[in-house]
Amino acid sequence: MSTVAFEITRLSAADLATKLQSREVSAVEATQAHLDRIDAVDGDVHAFLHISTNALATAADIDRRRAAGEALGALAGVPIAVKDVLCTIDMPSTAGSKILEGWVPPYDATVVAKLRAADLVPLGKTNMDEFAMGSSTEFSAYGPTHNPWNLERIPGGSGGGSAAAVAAFEAPLALGSDTGGSIRQPGAVTGTVGVKPTYGSVSRYGAIALASSLDQVGPVSRTVLDSALLHDVIKGHDPRDSTSLRDEWPSFTDAARAGLTEGSLRGVRVGIVKELNGEGFQAGVKSRFAEACDLLTAAGAEIVELSAPSFEYAISAYYLILPAEASSNLAKFDSVRFGLRVNPVGGGTVEDVMSATREAGFGPEVKRRVILGTYALSAGFYDAYYGSAQKVRTLVQRDFSAMFESVDVLISPSAPTTAFPLGEKIDDPLAMYLNDITTIPANLAGIPGMSLPMGLAPEDGLPTGIQLMAPARADARLYTYGAALEQLLEQKWGHTLISLAPDLAPFEQSAATEGVV
Amino acid sequence: MSEITREQVEHLAGLARIALTPDEIEKLTGELGHIVDSIAKVSEVATPEIPATSHPIPLTNVFRDDVVGVTLTQEQALSGAPEHDGTRFKVSAILGEEQ
Repeated sequence: MSTVAFEITRLSAADLATKLQSREVSAVEATQAHLDRIDAVDGDVHAFLHISTNALATAADIDRRRAAGEALGALAGVPIAVKDVLCTIDMPSTAGSKILEGWVPPYDATVVAKLRAADLVPLGKTNMDEFAMGSSTEFSAYGPTHNPWNLERIPGGSGGGSAAAVAAFEAPLALGSDTGGSIRQPGAVTGTVGVKPTYGSVSRYGAIALASSLDQVGPVSRTVLDSALLHDVIKGHDPRDSTSLRDEWPSFTDAARAGLTEGSLRGVRVGIVKELNGEGFQAGVKSRFAEACDLLTAAGAEIVELSAPSFEYAISAYYLILPAEASSNLAKFDSVRFGLRVNPVGGGTVEDVMSATREAGFGPEVKRRVILGTYALSAGFYDAYYGSAQKVRTLVQRDFSAMFESVDVLISPSAPTTAFPLGEKIDDPLAMYLNDITTIPANLAGIPGMSLPMGLAPEDGLPTGIQLMAPARADARLYTYGAALEQLLEQKWGHTLISLAPDLAPFEQSAATEGVV
Repeated sequence: MSEITREQVEHLAGLARIALTPDEIEKLTGELGHIVDSIAKVSEVATPEIPATSHPIPLTNVFRDDVVGVTLTQEQALSGAPEHDGTRFKVSAILGEEQ
């Protein structure tokens, strides 16, 4: 890998786009640099399940059209990784499950079609917990992803592949999906940025559904501005998604840039959610959060502590609503129309084939949640469990509404701990479920949330993240205040957080620095 | 501890069409009990006067014009099927002998 190629992979998407526009760097060079980087480090990281064979041809076409003077999108030629939960017409889409091994969908997810229309270059598909059920990527049927900061640690989940790809400089951008924190929690533990947009503001068409009333597709990146640029590409109404909002969205790129101007935090009312910074949170997470609050205060923001009494019940409600919806959504994996088929010994009816297929094709966490969801929806328990959980959802929404009457934005740590060792919680479902305690309330209420790097925890040197939450439809606030806070933190550190991540290909870098390779 | 029995898990597995092994049923019976215990607290605050929320941002009457949209071709629809005859999905017998 040449010095130039190495430097290309370190650029933000915004800076790379500028160099592509000025033709200092070609789309082919940018794509090749990232493919080489994947080649060098993904054996260790395992962020990708599939690498596109079309990426260089796509890039060459973009270069050709740019040379011909065609008007291209702002991110034209920028490579991007795509979470394997999203359907891609030219790549297998497995959602991390054996039941969909090798399945190539006959259509693109709307967000993927939008990437192609905006001339981004899909590099490949990223690893994830099977059907997005998990907080560590260990429930992928294809083996876990490793955290680029420490390869023995989890990268978060379910979108650990997308976060790790961005953190390991294998792609400047990625798409994720967030049902209970699957974009934000991996962002926190990998020192990257991730945004869960307002429910319904980004199309879910072609996103393999986990829990339809909670799922939302969103951007993953290394900077707030880069997430804004990607969010601007994927947002908007889609007639193929009946829950898609018809709103006209402001430019999130402009919103992020507004945050970088002097005084953008002055007079901003910020609420700390007491219940999302409590017992059981790691000391280094709490201390970095307190420091971030001090920075906000020093920049002129007014911080108040608020209480959301119903949040105590949010995680319980979530683990009833999600399995209930998932057990219904996953009924489509029936061995008839797509995916795996396993014929039981001695044959059997279509139901026997279905049962044998699902036994062989689903992993342990999927079975656990499908059975739990079937239980929650069964006659006699429906009102006590699913019905009650839906009422808690109302209470969570009311708590958010009450808090947003007095503040512009809410903040909390994005995750209660830093990345834990691979294997530590895999046999303890309840401990695993608690990883999402900070992120779940936003999904229940449909509001937008962002995680951005907050510093390294002193006790283990691993990344922590801060979460910003805004009222439904006010995603632009996340970008303005998030970009402002990111700038304050980086000014204090004197560098970006990700620049401290260990180098995964040391020979390559030293050689590149000396310019010999 | 919730009273989740082995027989209940077997029944749920049947409803969910997953041919769980005896070991899986054993393990899930214990796990499900613990999980249900820890999430049953939702009923503590779910009093009758609180309305249920099924959808975070509710929309009503999402209609489109009644015209043919862009749809998959037959070939595309069959492209991922484990077995088909070129025009239809193929499955094994719908009914068992006892039916």
